Amino acid sequence: MNGLRLVFQREFMGYFATPLAYIFIVIFLFLTGLTTFYIGQFFETGEATLKNFFSFHPWLYLFLIPAVSMRLWAEETKSGTIELLMTLPVPLWAVVLGKYLAAWGFTMVALALTFPVWITVNYLGDPDNGVILASYIGSALMAGAYLAIGSTISATTRNQVIAFVITVSVCFLFTVSGLPMVLDFFSAWAPEALLSVIASFSFLTHFDAITNGVIDLRDVVYFASLTCAWLYANAVILEMKRAG
Amino acid sequence: MRDDFGLNLVPFPACHPVFGTYMIEVEALVKKFGPLITAVDGVSFKVGKGEVLGFLGPNGAGKSTTMKMITGFLAPSSGTARVLGRDVMLDPIGVKLSLGYLPEGAPAYPDMTPREFLLFIAGIRRLGGAERDRAIALAVERTGLAGVMEQPIDTLSKGFKRRVGLAQAILHDPPVLIMDEPTDGLDPNQKHTVRQLIAEMAPHKAIIISTHILEEVDAICTRAIIIDRGRIVADATPAELEKRGRLDEVFRQLTTGDLHESHA
Repeated sequence: MNGLRLVFQREFMGYFATPLAYIFIVIFLFLTGLTTFYIGQFFETGEATLKNFFSFHPWLYLFLIPAVSMRLWAEETKSGTIELLMTLPVPLWAVVLGKYLAAWGFTMVALALTFPVWITVNYLGDPDNGVILASYIGSALMAGAYLAIGSTISATTRNQVIAFVITVSVCFLFTVSGLPMVLDFFSAWAPEALLSVIASFSFLTHFDAITNGVIDLRDVVYFASLTCAWLYANAVILEMKRAG
Repeated sequence: MRDDFGLNLVPFPACHPVFGTYMIEVEALVKKFGPLITAVDGVSFKVGKGEVLGFLGPNGAGKSTTMKMITGFLAPSSGTARVLGRDVMLDPIGVKLSLGYLPEGAPAYPDMTPREFLLFIAGIRRLGGAERDRAIALAVERTGLAGVMEQPIDTLSKGFKRRVGLAQAILHDPPVLIMDEPTDGLDPNQKHTVRQLIAEMAPHKAIIISTHILEEVDAICTRAIIIDRGRIVADATPAELEKRGRLDEVFRQLTTGDLHESHA
């Protein structure tokens, strides 16, 4: 546990040691504001909800989360510090989890800093804060799943740009698999069962369910198990690299 | 039972005790990368306390790969490496606790200062409180880092970066030290300092260093192993090697490398 804590700490502080953290947070807040108030027409809708705010999260995460996760392993591989890290007396799972949690913790800082939106909607009206809390939890879970995908892909390459591009592509597939543009492609020939399996893999489907205010155990299990599966793959990839 | 990945379950007593005999035992170590490349091809040797073993060989001979297998960074294709009697595949954490490793190029986190970096390593090495402060103070003194402790490692010269890597490797006073080209890229004074440091620590430890510099073998090694194309081609004391002729000539005779010239 000591190793996990220290790896987490180092990685987390690492974000703030470079301008990356501040740039990311500023851009994230700017884009959430832009999407909520301008594209989402927060005021024009005249509803005391944050639905417009949360509905853009999958799309923001799609491009911003890979920017956070791309460096997780690629940078260590490139600079050679991975050799140092992997020969320190810390179990592999603790390194994988520590680094992942640092990236997630950092993303949570950015997410938490969106609180003015919550204050605004409470000042202007009388929103259902239960729904808002559920949505925040859903957003945190979804960010975690994106990050797990990104962390794993980062472990496969020493090039951060490649990690970014592939992560965006994979995350895109997971995001849109419930949309008509994907389902239509299958609906002509695939059986109904397969269709619902593909649809059930969509981040959007599960996230929308949560932002409606119902934290269904199935949606939580979906994001949690997806995260665990990707992190497990992350460790397997590192172990395979060790075996050469 | 601790291991990297939960894949093996052989308990600690499976290892046999070797204290007082050899601290590093390498047996028939083989490393293949894909079906075509054999980087290390059946390397065996033992290193006891007080020995400084010099790894010599042309680039790509398998020196670094052998070290990476002993330290647990790479898994051998076959063969075993044991440190203090612990098999690196069965008890990787146990092995990693008892050795200090300076990887090639002395990598360190560039955004940290040497102090932050050594505090991180000390924490991972399970040093705390007064013990930690003492360990860091000693490592800093031995490597001459005192003047740059608060500068980001990124901004340090090559020599200081190397010393940060050295400080990290000796921080927990490990019984076994493995250093991949510890003096590479240092100026003559720095080389001298590092060699002195190794000589100072040598009586209490088993040390492996790799080097290109033949005079270094003379200066600090009690024994030299020459590796070529993944195989050991000589294993002797520097004095014994010298009997066969000048060291660089012996080296050229034994190793072929890429520069094999044909004579008409």
